Amino acid sequence: MLEEMTGAEMVVRALKDQGVEHVFGYPGGAVLPIYDALFHQEDLRHILVRHEQGAAHAAEGYARSTGKVGCLLVTSGPGATNVVTGLTDALLDSVPIVCITGQVPTHLIGSDAFQECDTVGITRHCTKHNYLVKTVADLPRVLHEAFHVARTGRPGPVVVDIPKDVQFARGTYARPRDNQHKTYRPRLKGDLGKIKAALALMAQARKPVFYTGGGVINSGRHAAMLLRELVHLTGFPITSTLMGLGAFPASDAQWLGMLGMHGSYEANLAMHDCDVMVCVGARFDDRITGRLDAFSPNSRKIHIDIDPSSINKNVKVEIGILGDCGHVLEDMVRLWRETASRADKSALAAWWRTIEDWRAKKSFSYRNSTEIIKPQYAVERLYAAVKDRNHYITTEVGQHQMWAAQFFHFQEPNRWMTSGGLGTMGYGLPAAIGVQVAHPDALVIDIAGEASILMNMQEMSTAIQHRAPVKVFILNNEYMGMVRQWQELLHGGRYAESYTAALPDFVKLAEAYGAHGIRCCDPGKLDEAIAEMIAAPGPVILDCVVSKEENCFPMIPSGKAHNEMLLGETAEDIGGVIDEKGKALV
Amino acid sequence: MPDSSTSHYPAAPKVEPVARHTLAVTVDNEPGVLARIAGMFSGRGYNIESLTVSETEHASHVSRITIVTSGTAHVIEQIKSQLERLVPVHGVRDLTIEGEAIERELALVKVAGKGEHRVEALRLAAAFGARTLDATLTSFVFELTGTTDEIDRFIAMMTVVGLVEVSRTGIAAMSRGAEGM
Ligand SMILES: Cc1cc2nc3c(=O)[nH]c(=O)nc-3n(C[C@H](O)[C@H](O)[C@H](O)COP(=O)(O)OP(=O)(O)OC[C@H]3O[C@@H](n4cnc5c(N)ncnc54)[C@H](O)[C@@H]3O)c2cc1C
Ligand SMILES: Cc1ncc(C[n+]2csc(CCOP(=O)(O)OP(=O)(O)O)c2C)c(N)n1
Ligand SMILES: [Mg+2]
Repeated sequence: MLEEMTGAEMVVRALKDQGVEHVFGYPGGAVLPIYDALFHQEDLRHILVRHEQGAAHAAEGYARSTGKVGCLLVTSGPGATNVVTGLTDALLDSVPIVCITGQVPTHLIGSDAFQECDTVGITRHCTKHNYLVKTVADLPRVLHEAFHVARTGRPGPVVVDIPKDVQFARGTYARPRDNQHKTYRPRLKGDLGKIKAALALMAQARKPVFYTGGGVINSGRHAAMLLRELVHLTGFPITSTLMGLGAFPASDAQWLGMLGMHGSYEANLAMHDCDVMVCVGARFDDRITGRLDAFSPNSRKIHIDIDPSSINKNVKVEIGILGDCGHVLEDMVRLWRETASRADKSALAAWWRTIEDWRAKKSFSYRNSTEIIKPQYAVERLYAAVKDRNHYITTEVGQHQMWAAQFFHFQEPNRWMTSGGLGTMGYGLPAAIGVQVAHPDALVIDIAGEASILMNMQEMSTAIQHRAPVKVFILNNEYMGMVRQWQELLHGGRYAESYTAALPDFVKLAEAYGAHGIRCCDPGKLDEAIAEMIAAPGPVILDCVVSKEENCFPMIPSGKAHNEMLLGETAEDIGGVIDEKGKALV
Repeated sequence: MPDSSTSHYPAAPKVEPVARHTLAVTVDNEPGVLARIAGMFSGRGYNIESLTVSETEHASHVSRITIVTSGTAHVIEQIKSQLERLVPVHGVRDLTIEGEAIERELALVKVAGKGEHRVEALRLAAAFGARTLDATLTSFVFELTGTTDEIDRFIAMMTVVGLVEVSRTGIAAMSRGAEGM
């Protein structure tokens, strides 16, 4: 069906045809025709943010919590440069978003026109792909292709830069029928021969472990369910990266907790000592591997990943299976059943006994207090209060983020939104707004640090305007705690610039925005404060004043191996553990 | 040397052999595609020793990029995977592992001089099979097609007899035999 319309109308139309219901954005000269087209319709809701970075993170939160593509719309020049951090964040965490940017009219491109910047040049390195659309005839195809590229394969951010004259120009709109791209065709099905070889290896394993990641979340709920099935069928222990939390339920007996720099003792030791590692949709990030030459030295490794460049990038694997982990897991479950495979029962039992010994270390334990709120305790109480509700958690970046990962137990995929790869302070509040827009009736909480929250605090105003009742749970330690911890361990306790001085009064700040503010300093009153936060109908900031000098343990110091982890009680010996070379690693 | 077991670095700069590979990359000839490829190399810290681009199938907007790069086997594998995941890339072939590919470069070489140098320049050009594209009483412009080594040697010779300027195309390469890309 061909229809004649302007380029701006095509944008709105293509978004609707792609099933977009919400677009986060901020207007400006170069996108006014598109805003005009939005004005004339009611299906597409625009969420006005207060800073374009907020729009990008909101779109990420929206996408990650729904599995759909998040969408944002910003103007040329400063609008486009303000989204660069958000785009990079989405690239590193494989989050599908489409960002539409306005551009100066085609005949002015290259002339340093008002609010001109080379958007495709600037965003080339922080997008999965980007487009400058120079004629209206290309616009329908490019818009649909952008969604296709963002959503499929290894998901990621895509920018479509549209000059203003192209927005005004008239052309014919048709929804492209097939999305068979000329060059871009991600592979979904895994090679059956390799899958069989992987299963054979797993059946011989004596000390196996599943190491899973964000790829399982990317693949969709279906993949998480298949993963659960395979883990139960095999009886193997399972750990996950920060990005994969929730794909496997934390309450399950086979769950070892998160692995990596701040992961559990049992997860990291299982990784170090295993003989067969099954990596599903994780990318052997340096927060996971620690010292590469000491990473799981005696294991044979299977890696299932949709991106060929992830396989053998950091760690060499014996069996690399290229494909969508949903498809591959389906084949694995089926074949494991068909061949009635089973792992060596007695070897597995012995392996589990070893793991239980490690587990007995209780590596996440901390010394609680009746005087002052411990941050770990705060997260535990928050979890207890919300676990039976329909909830979603976002975080900022720092110690609070790690405590959230350790003490909040995720049972379902898509419930946990955090900035892992880029580690963007200021991610959590706008992401929470994006989640809330997608799930208006859910309880959405940003577990925040007092420093991070100030980076995108302005989005409180967005929450108020759009009646997004997000709750900001600040673990206020008056420090950039994660920085302070590194300074304590690596720089002789010289706390250069990591004290967050001149903090605002968060209760008054909440009130200034028209939100509800609560402060809690007493562990005895914490449950009450959390209950008040949950019960409040609108946005809330709970300023939870916690102990200032708590460190996040366990911790694998930079450049150390998994079995050289520091545990809480040994905190005092840490000073000498990291040598000069270790300090150079971050 | 610190004992590697006490070092906090991954035993990183293991001296692994570095090899030179010639990659043929077919791409959709859309604006910015070269920037994407070159930017991927610089952004990820890979080498480009030579890069040539030109449209090869006008009707289907396909261009061929020939890249000569060097790295360890692991780095070369990464480079190929990273190229393949760029959206406008049709395909990547590593001509080096497919057996001895044919590689040619074209160079334009300007020399100036008088007397004995002038005679020697002409004699060398003839010996290398270079064509004379331009001649004045004091200068020549030669054209030479050959392997990179041949051209390097020719230029080295010309330096002695009065080299003024060189312009090289970079490498065009193709696998031997009947099979196409
Ligand atoms: C302060 C701080 C501390 C941190 N500490 C830790 C820590 O202790 N532990 C930890 O785990 N992380 C930690 N992180 C996060 C870490 O930096 C990485 O972001 C994270 O480990 C990467 O997770 P991932 O390997 O699951 O990869 P992701 O970034 O989620 O990548 C997913 C992988 O799956 C693949 N994939 C995508 N879709 C599919 C599909 N459909 N099918 C198959 N494969 C697919 C992708 O190609 C990619 O290789 C920390 C971050 C911060 C900011
Ligand atoms: C945009 C940005 N700038 C700097 C950093 C480096 N950084 C990582 S954690 C951190 C401190 C965060 O402090 P806070 O939000 O109070 O969290 P805490 O660690 O105290 O829980 C900093 C500065 C970052 N991750 N992101
Ligand atoms: Mg703090």
